[in-house]
Amino acid sequence: MSAAVETVELEVVDLETTSVRELNQRLHDLAGGAPGPRRFRILNPSGAHALACGLDADLEVEIDGHVGYYCAGMNKLAHVHVHGNASTGIAENLMSGRVVVDGNVSQSAGATGRGGLLVVRGNASSRCGISMKGIDIVVGGSVGHMSAFMAQKGCLVVCGDAGDALGDSIYEARLYVRGSVTGLGADCVEKEMRDEHVEQVRGLLQAAGIEADPAEFRRYGSARQLYNFKIDNAGAY
Amino acid sequence: MCGIVGLFAKTSEVEERLGEHLAAMLVQMSSRGPDSAGVAVYRDPAPSGSSKLTLYSANSHEHWGAVMDGLRDAFGGCDEPSVRASHAVFVVDTDAAAAESWVRENRSDLRVMSAGQVIEIYKETGLPEEFARAFSLEDFRGTHALGHTRMATESRVTTEGSHPFSTGFDLCLVHNGSLSNHNRLRENLRREGIEFQTENDTEVAAGYLAWRLREGASLEQALEGCLTDLDGFYTFAVGTADGFAVLRDPIACKPAVLAETDHWVAMSSEWRSIAVLPGAADARAWEPEPAVVYAWEKQAVG
Repeated sequence: MSAAVETVELEVVDLETTSVRELNQRLHDLAGGAPGPRRFRILNPSGAHALACGLDADLEVEIDGHVGYYCAGMNKLAHVHVHGNASTGIAENLMSGRVVVDGNVSQSAGATGRGGLLVVRGNASSRCGISMKGIDIVVGGSVGHMSAFMAQKGCLVVCGDAGDALGDSIYEARLYVRGSVTGLGADCVEKEMRDEHVEQVRGLLQAAGIEADPAEFRRYGSARQLYNFKIDNAGAY
Repeated sequence: MCGIVGLFAKTSEVEERLGEHLAAMLVQMSSRGPDSAGVAVYRDPAPSGSSKLTLYSANSHEHWGAVMDGLRDAFGGCDEPSVRASHAVFVVDTDAAAAESWVRENRSDLRVMSAGQVIEIYKETGLPEEFARAFSLEDFRGTHALGHTRMATESRVTTEGSHPFSTGFDLCLVHNGSLSNHNRLRENLRREGIEFQTENDTEVAAGYLAWRLREGASLEQALEGCLTDLDGFYTFAVGTADGFAVLRDPIACKPAVLAETDHWVAMSSEWRSIAVLPGAADARAWEPEPAVVYAWEKQAVG
């Protein structure tokens, strides 16, 4: 890249002429506050995999179009905005920062995420938030079956409906659903929606820029019968 | 893994360029299936009273003229075959069952890839790009087509083990996934008179559909039967003379995306394959729900 680039605020990368590897390397090179532009616009993603993943810098990346698997996975600090749909594993293992998808997302959105915020304005399909470990996920539409499977920490806010087996084998994540739930998974139960929970949903909706009445949500979480240590079973350990 | 693609033309412009689009879609699925590739193309219906066979020969110097002479002697009429790489398509003046039986009895060295009025199936080991070139996919005009790129798991990498599979006239199936009860199901279907040519799990699913259709089920009913009778992972795309259908298993581990414009309907394992179609950026795109049958049919097909 030429030295002149450093003074340009917005860098445009066209994936018809630049490879995914070159793009990601360009973004990785800015880790640790290295000099260079902080805003990027990615054109013609055409469903390519692993776009803008592994970032470790306070960057703003806008992607114009649909993306493939594992977009924005493992990111720290960065803000990634997909103006389209995303395939499997968007924001997988997100560490911090923010990922926004204007359209729908496929399976395992936000899987294993440890922090940060994932916003899906459309629907998410199955296994949304599977094994989430601290990420917050706000879905404007509905989520598919097996969402929040083995979820450990963080919040999943669903403005529409949830599919079957919501929160199966859940640990300590909080699930908020405004619409219907086809069925709860093993050890997942409905819990009282106290003021602190309404406030939490309000804050997450605000952060996501999605309008909905936080009082309309219901809360689901772990009955803590499956995973916790029981003194009666001490002999078995 | 495996990649599957399907394209259904809604306009004559897309029909004209069906093969070109299909080839582009297939090449995008190379990383999902580098072992072999195959397509089923629905095109040029055989005239009433005649039928169409796609034959495969392992002999690269096959003398297809001798096959034509044999079919002429048996049935009176048979056009010059259209030969593409290891495959040849014959239009014979008899019904598909009689034509297929003749090949099985007289030329057991050849493999019947498809039989019917409109279907043609081509498949071969190797990369999708090589396959598309060897079979001149760009030339194909047609109403709809399915394609498959295979990463083999359940059986060997051979031409015969490549997809699509056809076990019924004008019927074909492509599959991403693996079935776990195919051995028992194959035996049950054999007792019902369904014939199998390989040990492949997908051929069993194709045979199951052929059996259900033979017993009077609609395509939709036959596919819904898969939900109870097949055990395993699958995204299926099924082609018939009139259209195509898509089904995912209830767990839906295997990916699928559907997209539709005023000009075409497309399905694929990944968006990459659909992104190469004209107008894809403005297409309505969605992920098919698990255990729901999606079907498109040509209206008033003669």
